[in-house]
Amino acid sequence: MKRVVITGAGTVNALGLDVKSTLSAMAEGKCGIGELNFRDVDRLSIKIGGQIHEWDAEGRFNRQQMALYDRFTQFTLVAAEQAISQSGLEFVGELALRSGVILGTSGGGLSTQDENYRVVYEEGKNRVHPFVVPKLMNNAACSHVSMEYNLKGPSFTVATACASSNHAMGQAFNMIRSGMATAMVTGGSESMLCFGGVKAWEGLRVMSKDACRPFSLNRNGMVQGEGAAVFVFEDYDHAKARGAEILAEVIGFAMTSDASDIVMPSKQGAARAISGALTDARVNPEQVGYINAHGTGTAANDKTECAAVADALGRHADNIMISSTKSMHGHLIGGTGAVELLACIMALRDGVIAPTINYEEPDPECALDVVPNEARDANVDIVLSNAFAFGGLNAVMALKKAS
Amino acid sequence: MSQDVKTQIIEIIAEQAVLDPADVSMDQSLDDLGIDSLGLVESIFAIEETFDISVPFNANEPEQSDFDISSVAAIVKAVENLIADQKS
Repeated sequence: MKRVVITGAGTVNALGLDVKSTLSAMAEGKCGIGELNFRDVDRLSIKIGGQIHEWDAEGRFNRQQMALYDRFTQFTLVAAEQAISQSGLEFVGELALRSGVILGTSGGGLSTQDENYRVVYEEGKNRVHPFVVPKLMNNAACSHVSMEYNLKGPSFTVATACASSNHAMGQAFNMIRSGMATAMVTGGSESMLCFGGVKAWEGLRVMSKDACRPFSLNRNGMVQGEGAAVFVFEDYDHAKARGAEILAEVIGFAMTSDASDIVMPSKQGAARAISGALTDARVNPEQVGYINAHGTGTAANDKTECAAVADALGRHADNIMISSTKSMHGHLIGGTGAVELLACIMALRDGVIAPTINYEEPDPECALDVVPNEARDANVDIVLSNAFAFGGLNAVMALKKAS
Repeated sequence: MSQDVKTQIIEIIAEQAVLDPADVSMDQSLDDLGIDSLGLVESIFAIEETFDISVPFNANEPEQSDFDISSVAAIVKAVENLIADQKS
């Protein structure tokens, strides 16, 4: 089996428009969540989110591109550009044929759908722009990255709600590990912060009106975010041979299904995914130093996740650090695991553990070291990243310090 | 308590619980009736649509919501209060 390493990273999210600014915001415990600003927001009862406010789409893309790029595609392309440029890879010849794109998203071009439904239903028009379908389709971002960078190998989009990008990165990892691909561009993107997107979430009554406070006793729900993170995963031997800088090594991945409830999480399903990732990585629970939690800030997720971690890691659960960066960038749904992988890379590379901000009151049902409010310096060798989706689909990745 | 509001709420709850309205008693909790968290948010949605009111309820902190869901009688009373507040 091949070893798999990360040789490029890129992101745009509410904390920053690149990796450097995002990681420094995470290290400072900065909150990127604020008032939402888009059409008809006054008709929503949830008015906060991790929205990217300084997004200059017209300055980044030309008119033809704008006609084809939904916001989730725009985010993806900018993050991919950063990641591929950092990797230094140029996809030509055999490498292009053996490299692909696997991305996660849940809503795809949701704001394109929202805008165009408004045009036909509310405004009563009978004609929409000819590119609505290629703009809204969930694989649009994946295809544009493939076209832009000449990636001709296995490419597709994964949609498993909140676990989409972990599932996507898991596929990319396994393709390189098995020898099927040399490099993969992978991660995820989401842009659900539009009237219809937030209105739909309001219905479930699981959203917070004031803040995302994972693991805190007074938590009152999730807060949505938007953005993307994209990585270059590469065959270790290939990266080493060309002298590439290695950000971290991906060492394990596991996925499970709860097979129980469409919204309520299951401790067993989550614990099996965590244990599975450790087994796949051939490491013991004692070697894990940090877990980037799914940590949505809902009553149900956080207590179930803590119980699952305690189950999977046994007594060692009391020694590890576990934090939820959703408190800062919000829940990016299909893109969330990708942005959160950045916190894992920061832990391994820089020895900085991102905090869980907005933490106010201990919850006896979340009695783990959640790195409350302030980042911590720590030397960790192995980290996990959890993602547990609505629908009971779980995906956990294991990463190791570059060596 | 107004008979009309009570009757309609019992109908909504009975439908969620897959029971005959006659089998729903006022002192029962949603738990007693076998209504889970999804059934609860669906019931609240039906109540909002039926009475054209907005129900303040966050599934993350049911006990802190102003909307008391501890029993069928409590729900009827809470809805009557909301109708009085929001229609006045």
